[in-house]
Amino acid sequence: MSLSPDDVKSIARLARLSISDQDIPVYARTLSNILEFVAQLERAETDGVAPMAHPLEMSQRLRPDRVSETDQRELYQQNAPQVEAGLYLVPKVIE
Amino acid sequence: MHNKTLAELARDLKARKFSSEELARAYLARIERFNPELNAFITVLQEQALAAARAADQRIAKGEAGPLTGLPIAQKDIFCTQGVKTSCGSKMLDNFVAPYDAAIVERLKRAGTVMLGKTNMDEFAMGSSNETSWYGPVKNPWDITKVPGGSSGGSAAAVAARMAPAATGTDTGGSIRQPAALTGLTGIKPTYGRVSRYGMIAFASSLDQAGVITCTAEDAAMLMSAIAGFDERDSTCMDKPVPDYVAGLDQSLKGLRIGLPKEFFDKGLDARVGDAVHAALEVYKKLGATVHEISLPNFWLSVPTYYVVAPAECSSNLSRFDGVRFGYRCENPVDLMDLYTRSRGEGFGAEVKRRIMTGTYVLSAGYYDAYYLKAHKTRSLIRQDFLDAFKQVDVIMGPTTPTPAFGLGEKTDDPVTMYLNDIYANGVNLAGLPGMSLPMGFVDKLPVGLQIIGNYFDEARMLAAAHQYQRETDWHTHRPAAFA
Repeated sequence: MSLSPDDVKSIARLARLSISDQDIPVYARTLSNILEFVAQLERAETDGVAPMAHPLEMSQRLRPDRVSETDQRELYQQNAPQVEAGLYLVPKVIE
Repeated sequence: MHNKTLAELARDLKARKFSSEELARAYLARIERFNPELNAFITVLQEQALAAARAADQRIAKGEAGPLTGLPIAQKDIFCTQGVKTSCGSKMLDNFVAPYDAAIVERLKRAGTVMLGKTNMDEFAMGSSNETSWYGPVKNPWDITKVPGGSSGGSAAAVAARMAPAATGTDTGGSIRQPAALTGLTGIKPTYGRVSRYGMIAFASSLDQAGVITCTAEDAAMLMSAIAGFDERDSTCMDKPVPDYVAGLDQSLKGLRIGLPKEFFDKGLDARVGDAVHAALEVYKKLGATVHEISLPNFWLSVPTYYVVAPAECSSNLSRFDGVRFGYRCENPVDLMDLYTRSRGEGFGAEVKRRIMTGTYVLSAGYYDAYYLKAHKTRSLIRQDFLDAFKQVDVIMGPTTPTPAFGLGEKTDDPVTMYLNDIYANGVNLAGLPGMSLPMGFVDKLPVGLQIIGNYFDEARMLAAAHQYQRETDWHTHRPAAFA
């Protein structure tokens, strides 16, 4: 499995990561090595094997539908890069 | 006093040989003296620690002390600590002040422990050498040209250099056991679901588990008793009774069946590390245990499976870092896409970006079945091997790592070589089993670790096995001479 510079750019775009042009070849090389390494999985015989998403055999616990959190918006927004009137600000998205 | 174990310090506090405040001051002084060289702490909490220590002294004076009251500990910087910077080793969270305490922090505070500071770590716990931290690498106190292991490298270096008597850690694929092994300490990763993950910054949610790094198994048992248990805020935390781990330390090892996976002793293992495992097994035989060769036929799949599952989950978990609600935001974004991509591109380091991209790729249309679904099937095979093994034996033992600590910069160019340092660790997380590492000797004057893998929720037996080994040997009492 070998990734081209264009492959890396497209994965980076899907992952919402800006990658500088000078870094692309390093990512192409290291990601190709990783994918080549994990391609060993192809050699495993897995017909009829049930996939395992989670280590514990438990069903998802549900909580009662009642209010358990208090409003702490101001506290939480202290970590925000930009807020105004209780709202998170981002660049204009609608012209 | 800095060379004492937690258990010894607890006895001395109770006997009023010194106060919690004096103890905290002694460790804070060591942090001031040694941290500039080792870089084990990201944040030191001088004022808060002394205030907590004084409060503990009052509780002790009133006769209200519990087993951990007044004992100093260090917290890995992956755990949210209310009002204290919680960086996760990343530029992304360099400005993040946690608005609440993680469950483990809350429990250890309630138990009366004194938080000395937050320890350095690989960025978002992604690394095996502590070299991916935005705050710079941590040095191994046994040899400062070597890595301390990772991702809980700061916690390990802090305890090894006695800047703290114990520290918390997290283990997604070896991040407690491997640094404990490389710094001559005892580390425990409990069963998945044993300790709440609430407030622990997520890397790979089906693998992440919190635990501790200490000098002895007895100290680990003391802390485990405080941190284990149900928490409704973590939907995967198990509602199961917590045994008294300290009381269980002396349970007899007579007839304990130890499994030795033959696949662990294949190429890649430094023969001297293998010899140290066999020497440790002789000690266990003297204690009445029996040793059985077992096979984990799908062991070879564990690292490749891990490097599909963990990056996939990481790419999803780290999508929350978007430069909008918290964390780093780039300068002058021109539009929303620019804000997302540059905040993430500039806020994350190279290894984190590599894992996010690996995860994005294996989850993307056209590749999902070949990688992600396939890895879930091989994960089943890996777990089944362990289930089969535990029908024949009570615990599994082997090396924690293939070699002693490697040099700083030695493996940074080739991620796959770095990943293989956790070859004996990854499968334990994939299966969700508990694992430990304890010191079992030295190779090239560097400590090496014995790994004990237990059955689900069988931490008590694992801790007892570790404790009784430590009563017969003195590897866990060695300290790096440069930080005496």
